[in-house]
Amino acid sequence: MQYAAPTTTEEAARLLASNPKAARVLAGGTDLLVQIRAGMIAPDLLVDIKKINGIRDITAEGGGYRIGAAVSGAELGEHAGVVAMWPGVVEAVELIGSTQVQGRCTMAGNLCNASPAADSVPALVAADAVARIVGPRGERNVAVLDIPRGVGKTSLEAGEFITSIYLPKRPDRASDAYLRFIPRTEMDIAVCSAGVSLTLDSKGIITEARVALGAVAPTVLLVSEAAKALIGHKPDDATLAALGKACSDACKPIDDKRGTIEFRRDVVAVLAGRAARIACQRAGGSL
Amino acid sequence: MALDEYQKRDFKIIGTRQPRPDGIDKVTGRALYGADITAPGMLYAAMLRAPHAHANIKSIDTSRAEAMSEVKAVVTAADFVQGLGDDTQDVIDACIARDKVLYDGHGVVAIAATSRAAARRALKLIQVEYEVLPHAVEIDDALAAGAPVIQAGRRGNKVPKGYNDNCTNWCEFGHGDLDAGFAKADKIISRSFRTAATHQGYIEPHACLASMGPDGQGDLWCCTQGQYFVRTLCAEIIGMEESRLRVTSSEIGGGFGGKTTVFIEPIALMLSKKAGRPVKMTMSRDEVFKATGPTVSSVTDVRIGMTRDGRITAGEAFLRYQGGAFPCLTIFPGAQSAFAVYDLSAVRTRAVNVMTNRPRQAAYRAPGAPMAIYAVESVVDELCQEFGLDPLEVRLLNAASKGTKSSYGPTFDDIGLLATLKAAKAHPHYTAPLGPNQGRGLSCGFWFNFGGNTSVSLNVNFDGTIGVTEGNPDIGGSRVSISMMAAEELGVPYDKVRTIVADTNSLGHNDVTDGSRVTFAVGLATIKAARAAIGEMCRRAARVWDIDEDAVIWEDGHAKPAGPNAGSHQPMSLAEIARQSPNTGGPISGHHEVNAEGAGVSFGVHLCDLEVDPETGFTTILRYTVFQDAGRAIHPDFVEGQMQGGAAQGIGWALNEEYIYGKDGRLQNAGFLDYRIPVASDLPKIDTVILEIPNPGHPYGVRGVGETSIVPPLAAISNAVSRTIGVRMQELPMSPPKILAAIKSAGN
Repeated sequence: MQYAAPTTTEEAARLLASNPKAARVLAGGTDLLVQIRAGMIAPDLLVDIKKINGIRDITAEGGGYRIGAAVSGAELGEHAGVVAMWPGVVEAVELIGSTQVQGRCTMAGNLCNASPAADSVPALVAADAVARIVGPRGERNVAVLDIPRGVGKTSLEAGEFITSIYLPKRPDRASDAYLRFIPRTEMDIAVCSAGVSLTLDSKGIITEARVALGAVAPTVLLVSEAAKALIGHKPDDATLAALGKACSDACKPIDDKRGTIEFRRDVVAVLAGRAARIACQRAGGSL
Repeated sequence: MALDEYQKRDFKIIGTRQPRPDGIDKVTGRALYGADITAPGMLYAAMLRAPHAHANIKSIDTSRAEAMSEVKAVVTAADFVQGLGDDTQDVIDACIARDKVLYDGHGVVAIAATSRAAARRALKLIQVEYEVLPHAVEIDDALAAGAPVIQAGRRGNKVPKGYNDNCTNWCEFGHGDLDAGFAKADKIISRSFRTAATHQGYIEPHACLASMGPDGQGDLWCCTQGQYFVRTLCAEIIGMEESRLRVTSSEIGGGFGGKTTVFIEPIALMLSKKAGRPVKMTMSRDEVFKATGPTVSSVTDVRIGMTRDGRITAGEAFLRYQGGAFPCLTIFPGAQSAFAVYDLSAVRTRAVNVMTNRPRQAAYRAPGAPMAIYAVESVVDELCQEFGLDPLEVRLLNAASKGTKSSYGPTFDDIGLLATLKAAKAHPHYTAPLGPNQGRGLSCGFWFNFGGNTSVSLNVNFDGTIGVTEGNPDIGGSRVSISMMAAEELGVPYDKVRTIVADTNSLGHNDVTDGSRVTFAVGLATIKAARAAIGEMCRRAARVWDIDEDAVIWEDGHAKPAGPNAGSHQPMSLAEIARQSPNTGGPISGHHEVNAEGAGVSFGVHLCDLEVDPETGFTTILRYTVFQDAGRAIHPDFVEGQMQGGAAQGIGWALNEEYIYGKDGRLQNAGFLDYRIPVASDLPKIDTVILEIPNPGHPYGVRGVGETSIVPPLAAISNAVSRTIGVRMQELPMSPPKILAAIKSAGN
């Protein structure tokens, strides 16, 4: 196995493209190294992207924030600007792994691992976040929603990797929230999850909303019916019931060792409702 | 029964909280665990494990692996002699498959190579042809007519007609007239309960280093709860005399009963024998889950009758346990303990063990008792609800006490159940207010405790310090407790004593660290070894003073003349006698060997408050208090630790831990992500109340405390959940999907 730590995105892309099947990107390594140790994969080449200029930076851009692909969960959680603007995204990222893992894990890695249960992904999709991708043919911007393509599969092409994720600017009275269900209190993987991002008018009526669900389908679901149930309403019981029903109807869960279809359908509705209430509160609304 | 050992006295050291001698080593990394032992020229072992629940092995081709220059030995079941005694044969058959794979992860071929990576590569070159057979991993499936027979010829001769060939063991206990008892009841409730197999979850995986010499002498270093049984088993399996094999136990990162058998040690010894080099063998976490011994899973039918004023008139239970693909005796303690907390005039338990395509079970903290008592305590709780009775008052009304003929036969001596119940009743926890969606549950618990073969040596060093040599791995703070007992008896400060755990050739036989036996039995032997040393020190003083040895007494660490008639001599301290010992007859030591009886039974009561999220089924444990009789708490920190640890493991068992099998009979959750032991944030601070009702069978009154504490949590939590949601839960674990389904079913 070879290890390379290029300092430019071009060099990293060239290395990855040179051996597309057997090369892997190493950022935090909290998924990659576990998979290597477990014998699930045996890559010939690890391309460590942490030495690339700027890839560990969080920068204000266009009223939002660009998060470098190698920014760790702990670093993100200490950035006052991002925490204030996108608290739901930050709380989702901070749920990845344990305190120790937080020192290494990254949003981009969580996204590229393409687990249906990835914690940061529903929050990023609700936030309408955009990933910047670099590859042999240059740079492109892709909505986070369009990155996962199945369990363990992404839309990234050979030699491509994510260099940053952009969280757009928010109007006043807008916020987000993320909740997941696990049978324990930490160190676990989502049985189902919901991210809600919304904007309120001056009376507390929801004017814009995005609702994304995790672990209830092979990839994250952006549920437009759920958003419609919120828009034009306050987060009262009837609205949240409609939101919950839209979520239950949209999800396509499986029975597995972590939960049943019935349980996931029921609980994802509960989580979406609770997340919507939290997001409204954070946006300055009253319940 | 030696039940007159206890003498009331005032203690100076017993009951204080002394620093543990292994603490600094463990927090700095200096302590040596199983995988820390290395030797020059050492090889690395790896095991090819079967990917089927049940399959005939048609052929094994290891030629390509053996052709690798790095591979130095290959071992299959064919390398071991067959026809050992049933128990020992089962041990090696569980390690490595003979003709037939009996469970997912069953070992098939072991390799020793010059590096771990080479050993792993070699495994990939081995070709095994399997004929996959129908399997049964659940109790009901293995009991069904037409079920695949897991091992032919193992049907138990006491198993009644009507049970199939997977039924290996049967037992019955009880007394009194059940029909008459049930006729007196105002209400009879019958229920059936299920518990999943759970793993001990020790953090240190199994690891050993085996070194067999060309002269037939061997050394084995391993992580175990008992070096002596490892020697006995491995010597028989390898075919050598016990004196030829020295076994040294490492520090141990948890065992809880799971390290009272062997899974890798005979394999490593055979690899070393064939390779002529030391072989290190370690298990991954995945292997620990798949191929070591979890506890049994169970189905238990319980029927209990009660009068409207809360008197239990009769109780009966039928237990079906599976302990994997082999016969298993865990039904015995299960059937014996089911009703042990109650004073009953009519009681009967019956139990059957059924083989399944699962790994061979190993002991887990009070093996067999938690699931049986869970079933009984659930029905008692439901009867209390039925009559609107206080569940603690009903326990007080029916509790076993001194003179009770127990449900399993013997009559109880001094026991602490009533005292623990009264302590629970008086505790503020029992009357604390509860909020919405919250409930309180309680359960009693019981464990037999054990004594067993024990050998201790105590040396009085020339400088007046004390060395105690014992033969049980220190799994729960035993070195500090044993040092404290030696210091107390001798009358010297605690820090003058150092206790070490010896290898098999340094001391007589010691039974495995199980049955909560060590503080009781090793403590007893240590006190008696100290008394033997005291006797010798008194003789030395008598010699110096030139008086009769009977005229010398021992007080506060000094030899003194017994009275004025013995003459006026200045008392001699232990240190003085030790310093002079080369001139008074040579080194002074005491030793004691015993097959200890009189291990007092132990009772506990647990109170649990919890909250259930009615929309998700998630349970939060809010408050938890353990009341337990320790007889005498030698070192209260470690007694409290045992009480808290058992509660923590029981909470995991009740809420989320389970072996999950797919339709293919393969284990789906062989790791700590999906095998959910509680993490720290899942638990409240677990409060403890130690009761001290002295055990007549121990000089200081000690009872074992290690196991009772895992017995009550299952029912205490299930009772609390059932009261909170208004539905009687009958299956563990009560994972959120099950609780939510129960809530929904009640709503419909």
